[in-house]
Amino acid sequence: MTELRRTPLYDLHIELGAKMVPFAGYEMPVQYPMGVMGEHNHTRIRAGLFDVSHMGQVILRAPPEALESLVPVDVQGLARGRQRYALFTNDAGGILDDLMVANRGDHLFLVVNAACKDSDIAHMQAHLPGVQPITDRALIALQGPEAEVALSRLVPGVTAMRFMDVAVLDWNGVALWISRSGYTGEDGFEISVPDTSAETLCRALLAMDEVAPIGLGARDSLRLEAGLCLYGHDIDTTTSPIEAALAWAIQKRRRVEGGFPGADRIRHELADGTSRLRVGLLPEGRAPMREGTPLFASAEATEPVGTITSGGFGPSLQAPIAMGYLPTALARPGTLIFGEVRGKRLPARVAALPFRPSNFRK
Amino acid sequence: MKFTEEHEWLRVDGDLVVVGITEHAAEQLGDVVFVELPELETQVAKGDEVCVIESVKAASDILAPLDGEIVAVNEALSDNPALVNEDPTGAAWFFKMKIDDLSALDAYMSEDEYKAFIG
Repeated sequence: MTELRRTPLYDLHIELGAKMVPFAGYEMPVQYPMGVMGEHNHTRIRAGLFDVSHMGQVILRAPPEALESLVPVDVQGLARGRQRYALFTNDAGGILDDLMVANRGDHLFLVVNAACKDSDIAHMQAHLPGVQPITDRALIALQGPEAEVALSRLVPGVTAMRFMDVAVLDWNGVALWISRSGYTGEDGFEISVPDTSAETLCRALLAMDEVAPIGLGARDSLRLEAGLCLYGHDIDTTTSPIEAALAWAIQKRRRVEGGFPGADRIRHELADGTSRLRVGLLPEGRAPMREGTPLFASAEATEPVGTITSGGFGPSLQAPIAMGYLPTALARPGTLIFGEVRGKRLPARVAALPFRPSNFRK
Repeated sequence: MKFTEEHEWLRVDGDLVVVGITEHAAEQLGDVVFVELPELETQVAKGDEVCVIESVKAASDILAPLDGEIVAVNEALSDNPALVNEDPTGAAWFFKMKIDDLSALDAYMSEDEYKAFIG
């Protein structure tokens, strides 16, 4: 087994009492003494600080149209200082990874998933010029309704940013690469900071009354309530963007023009629909339905019609929640289906996503 | 009170044995959000999975510590699973068993032995 890597914030996590777990090749905090439920609720009410330095940061000095050969997203139409959700697709129309792309004037800045970053970088290097992985910067997220008031004490310029804006702003002579986005369904920021300044920045934020450290446990329950996909679970090479209900990420020009991997299948599915769809699910009882739970059309049916891809308990909903794939005919909100949990068929209703409204600063 | 390596506590109550999970186990589980209790009047064998506890993180089982019959379950846990975190060794007992031979409890750890076991 290869040795686990550590982020520049490892010592701080230990000092804060984090419980560390292996995740995507890194030792990461799954929770702090506050606990998953408390950390989740703190992020919804105040501001949570996340170490996401395991994710891949890449500068791409290539024309926007070059990146468009790998993603079905309109990169040319992305204005300077703006960020957009994107997907790397393969020739079969499956999803290789999901990512964020920002236009920073003379280059693009990409943030990709930790578990995929090596393959994403190799994929880009095989097809694009100017791929520059960033290996000397940490990435932190500050999320929640009080994120702006907290961060603006250090970086006043963030108050002028809207949802999905990106900017390079100065903090004590350190250039912070900031985006107003995140993975929680809350307003907030992701901040790329040089490794050598990461701990000082985190300590300055954690010293504020609004801010508490949040682990991967609450990151997962927050994103699930927000209806956001986790790569390798809700989306992968076997799911197309249309099956995954991510058609909104494919802008009109790309639908019309094609020119991305898997365009044949994806344009066909945009026109004619798919046989299955990613849906939200609300179990009717209190028992959570976890990833891998088979789904049935009735209590008696012998063959499963789908599977749960993410499931657990939603602390803000005080109820179990899940996402999974169902045949399109069963994907309408309100449809009754059954998940098999420990040999018992338990009822659940298809639900619209997100499970709770997001609080973005539009 | 006796303790198992599966982090259960066992308390003799008349001719019954009351079973719950230790404070250490409750802390490790994190916030409990669902408890599935065994059915009343079922015969269980030592090692059978008789309860399920789900925390925000994961599901885990409670094993029957002894051969016997389930004669009472704590319905309060179905309505308020958080009791497991609030009062694991008191209000949050899971079930009561009727067993033939109370001396079978002697095989389990004392409180001091359990404390040494969890370090």
